[in-house]
Amino acid sequence: MRKMNISKCLVGIAVLLAAPLLVSAQQVETHIGKVTGHADTGRQLYFRYCWGCHGFHGTGTGENWIPTGGFPDTPNLNIQPRNFVAATFKCRSTPTGTLPTDQDLYNSLVRGLTMSNMPSWITLTNQNRADLVAFIKTFSDRWKTDKPGPELSVPAEPALTVQSIQHGKELFTKLECWKCHGPEGRGDGPSASTLTDSNDEPIRPYNFAAGSRFKCGTTNHDLYKIFMTGLDGTPMPSFADVIKPEDAWDLVHYLRTLQVYHKSPELALWEGTKEGAEIVKAQKVRGTPTGSGVNQ
Amino acid sequence: MSHWDSTLMKRRMRYLAFSALPVILVLTILLADTRPVSALPIPGGSVRAIPAFARKYGMPCSSCHQAWPMLSPFGQAFKDNGYQLGNERDAPIYQNPAYWPVTFRMTTFWHRENENRMQVDDPTSTTGGQMQANVTTHGFDWSGLDFHTGGTLAKNVSFYVLPSSDNTGAFHFETVFARLDNLAGSSWFNVKLGKFELDNLLSEKRILTLTNVSGVYTNYHYQPATENNGLNPAFPLFTFGIGDNQVGLELMGHSKDDRTRYSASILSSNDGSPGLPTNRTYDGYFTFSQAFQVGSLGLQRVGAFAYIGQAPTYFQFTEGNTSGVPDNATYGVAGTGIGNESFYRAGLIGQFYVKKYDLTAMYFHSSDNKYLATGTPSNPAYGTLPVGARNATWNGALFESHYTPSPQLILIQRVELIRMSQQALPIAPGTPYIPGVSVPSSSFGNEDVYTFGGRYYPFISSRAGFAFHGEYAFSHQVGLSPITGQNLDFSSLLFGFDFAF
Repeated sequence: MRKMNISKCLVGIAVLLAAPLLVSAQQVETHIGKVTGHADTGRQLYFRYCWGCHGFHGTGTGENWIPTGGFPDTPNLNIQPRNFVAATFKCRSTPTGTLPTDQDLYNSLVRGLTMSNMPSWITLTNQNRADLVAFIKTFSDRWKTDKPGPELSVPAEPALTVQSIQHGKELFTKLECWKCHGPEGRGDGPSASTLTDSNDEPIRPYNFAAGSRFKCGTTNHDLYKIFMTGLDGTPMPSFADVIKPEDAWDLVHYLRTLQVYHKSPELALWEGTKEGAEIVKAQKVRGTPTGSGVNQ
Repeated sequence: MSHWDSTLMKRRMRYLAFSALPVILVLTILLADTRPVSALPIPGGSVRAIPAFARKYGMPCSSCHQAWPMLSPFGQAFKDNGYQLGNERDAPIYQNPAYWPVTFRMTTFWHRENENRMQVDDPTSTTGGQMQANVTTHGFDWSGLDFHTGGTLAKNVSFYVLPSSDNTGAFHFETVFARLDNLAGSSWFNVKLGKFELDNLLSEKRILTLTNVSGVYTNYHYQPATENNGLNPAFPLFTFGIGDNQVGLELMGHSKDDRTRYSASILSSNDGSPGLPTNRTYDGYFTFSQAFQVGSLGLQRVGAFAYIGQAPTYFQFTEGNTSGVPDNATYGVAGTGIGNESFYRAGLIGQFYVKKYDLTAMYFHSSDNKYLATGTPSNPAYGTLPVGARNATWNGALFESHYTPSPQLILIQRVELIRMSQQALPIAPGTPYIPGVSVPSSSFGNEDVYTFGGRYYPFISSRAGFAFHGEYAFSHQVGLSPITGQNLDFSSLLFGFDFAF
């Protein structure tokens, strides 16, 4: 009887010891295409590459995040690194307020986030990135209780026409995009200076004239997703419930014309019209190249 | 104790356990190695780890360095992209105006050196005779100082300047270049002009070992023992190493993810010396490599390289030389080296990762023209080739492996082997080496170098770097002892603090 009790105890202890391993093994995997990411490996990579900004605890308070008001001569990061504990992510293919897919997080690692300190990690292997995604998901219990939202269905892009651009221009005014992004899309609208992110840190609206990359990608498809899903944690809302898909594509076509230093079919078509040529000419501010890659 | 605290403590304990291994290893060797020792120069050259970049981008050293100064693939891509990450911190206008991208690096250490057959005065001789002795020396010491400054002058215009000193404080410029990056918007076209390290995948400037024996890659600097024999005063000194920074123009390109890389350089034939001191010809250096992602193992890279050069065998002389004896040192006109003869260094490289273990394997094949290899001017007026002289050729191999259990610890092992495949002088078995006449064996000058070590980084930050360094290295050279022509052995042991800010 005593032996039996000891055996049962040992089995019980073994099960108890093994249980967390089994549970954690289930929690730590991600699947990106054919690649399976493992959080244990991702942890090692995180503590090589990421903790300086995102912090040991994933709270976005690494040693490089010195909030405004810190040492005045210390170069701050212009945007607080992502707080993985909050599990609020800008770049998603899922509805606002929901968790992103593994692929969304993976894509952010591949391309980096423009206008922030987050570089592209394209030089890491696919496996490395999948492992990192798996580890990032261990920071928040939200990944245990919630599932990623349904992936946004992006309809095929309609043909590019002048009418489409003009309609997009009307929507830009009607939806009051200009209030933040400014009438010429330079990120200098009347509300721009008052905007803050979910950390109560000042945040600048995107300046279309300054670059070719968007926060969450470079393509028309990416731009469509940005305003249909919103950028969670920022003042940029989702317009999924406000505009129809065909209107969203018109807006995409118009926004492309605001990138006056970036060649695109939309800009070329727009400049081919009298109205567009005059607007683009006025928007091209001449200045001295600063070495920033942007004419200012 | 929270989960995180407990995890960190476990990691620290594991690091301590691992860090003890190399210390135990070198202590064992130290206690076992009772042979005598020699005073050798402090390791030359400079090595690179640049907290200035870490400070600029706010990233820990471990992002760009597998273990500083050795680059990770991410760091290699950063370097290839002109010290740019592709984010908004690249252009200098985004930096605090007070930011100046300067880093210094220095090492303080204790070391022990041994040479088994050093040429010393014979105390019993009344005629100035000499003898061989096993000589050992040891003590506390320090390295030279490197001042690294580099970064971007504007988007896609980068620079690097490195004043470097020896341990007496005598400075020289180790690196000086500006680079036009991503020409025509393509990562395939980058042009660098100045003095720079050749595009060696296994960078000697980022070498992890610091001892006198292993502070440089022997294969990168090897020259046959028959060279620079001092027999003919018209023959200038011939020194070359692909580990030496060279002066010239480099075209380099890479894919966006840095998997594919190439470089082609045209270089002045003077081994990186300023002021055009030798000849007026140009050398070429070419590299290509391709990386592959192999499942969960990591990145595997294979590549090839070739340096094709020439060196003068005599100079144009001034009219002041009326002695009738062509003396290069006294009458040679700097920069007029002529009678150029060729040499080349070529090889293959593979860098293989198996999770936390990585191995770099290199094969070298090299040749020096018979005039260079025997120290003979290629002008009959100044000298004649030794009877039976041939081009010197040799093969080399290098295997360097690392185990990196965490960003804070790296264990290092290296083996270098050099084998002469053709001696420049005839082989006369049983006869000692006679400069300009014969060598005693086909293996004369063969060399083996073995290195073991470890580095522990007690903290990792984006501001500064510090490492505990322990290392033992041993080299064995066939037939090169100065008096008897026996084998010559060196050993070097070093423990120190390596730091950069």
